[in-house]
Amino acid sequence: MSEAERLRRHPFTRGLSDAQVESLAACARLARFPEGAAIFREGSEADAAYLILGGRVSLEQHVPGKGNVQLENLSGGDLLGLSWLFPGGRWTLDALAVEPTEAVALEAGRLRARMEEDAALGFALSRHVIQQLYQRLERVRLQRLDVYRVGP
Amino acid sequence: MVPEPARVLSWRRESHDTVTLALETATRRPFRPGQFNMLYAFGAGEVPISISGDPATAGVAVHTVRSVGAVTEAICRLRRGGVVGVRGPFGTPWPVGEARGGDLIIVAGGVGLAPVRPVVYHALARRADYRRVFLLVGARTPEDLLFRRELERWQRQGDLTVLVSVDRAAAGWKGRVGVAPALLADVEIDAGNAVAFLCGPEVMMRFCVRELGRRGLPDERIHLSMERNMKCAVGLCGHCQYGPTFICKDGPVLRYDRIRPLFWLREI
Repeated sequence: MSEAERLRRHPFTRGLSDAQVESLAACARLARFPEGAAIFREGSEADAAYLILGGRVSLEQHVPGKGNVQLENLSGGDLLGLSWLFPGGRWTLDALAVEPTEAVALEAGRLRARMEEDAALGFALSRHVIQQLYQRLERVRLQRLDVYRVGP
Repeated sequence: MVPEPARVLSWRRESHDTVTLALETATRRPFRPGQFNMLYAFGAGEVPISISGDPATAGVAVHTVRSVGAVTEAICRLRRGGVVGVRGPFGTPWPVGEARGGDLIIVAGGVGLAPVRPVVYHALARRADYRRVFLLVGARTPEDLLFRRELERWQRQGDLTVLVSVDRAAAGWKGRVGVAPALLADVEIDAGNAVAFLCGPEVMMRFCVRELGRRGLPDERIHLSMERNMKCAVGLCGHCQYGPTFICKDGPVLRYDRIRPLFWLREI
């Protein structure tokens, strides 16, 4: 399967033309992570956007004295990582493969360049990013409410 | 209306604050999934508790009780041979017949798993009556998960798809982390042929209702178990009044399209 075909399987490319998907494919590579592998670590350079095709990824934050705390899981169809959006961005969390995970990695610098060159592509991808961001914000809000807790 | 004495046959700790009691009553009243009994801890008071056992097991009322106040704390302290008063069963059941022939999607959060466990027993006993059966379970932490061994067994057996998620976990937890409504993303919903049963904190159910709506499931195919302060259980006292509805006799299981205006009304 070509990178373009893999990209078409992911919701991130929904609504894009064939030419736009081909243009993204030029900065894409297939990435496979065995169970337990670190996809990225907090503080390292945010050099790629990962479109998860299958498997499950745990987003974790290291808390001194407590070790790693799991915050959320992402799976097939999700976009892993947002820090790549801005030049010089660094990951703010650890991302670990909880299950064998397959993703298309889009090289950050080239992806940003394509989004700037092709305004329609940039707008479409930005909308997808915002949509994912908003869905995750909704989930975080519910998590923060701690609805299963008893008492005030 | 008079509580019948029931003896505790067995007792099991589910989590740090929740226990499951099997109670033997003389009258051996049958129940339908989703119904509740009023349990009376002598000297402490009476509370409504959903029946969490297998509806096919006559004569034993199984209740899963979370200690959240004086009465539930007294009930949770009971051990084998202890006696509690029982009135019931009361309330509307889950409409298991409506889901027949289609997909059944059950979403339960926290102690809300207890009132839907009888539905799971029912669906497993009549597996051929349903197409796909999904059980999506949310809990605060892995330690708060109810019926953990049973969930693992159902997952292994493969008769239903069981997805479990916790709101927070330490690094060693191999299960999912995230809110229960997010599990719906992993379910391919056949909107014309599925029925959803939701049970848990009202906020969690609001998120589920929104997500199911986005995915095209009609409101009349969504059923919720509502909770209010039930006292008499027969629609007389009005403590559980929810607009024109009394949760104790018209509920607790209600069809979403029938309560939609109330469901989004604040302070009711």
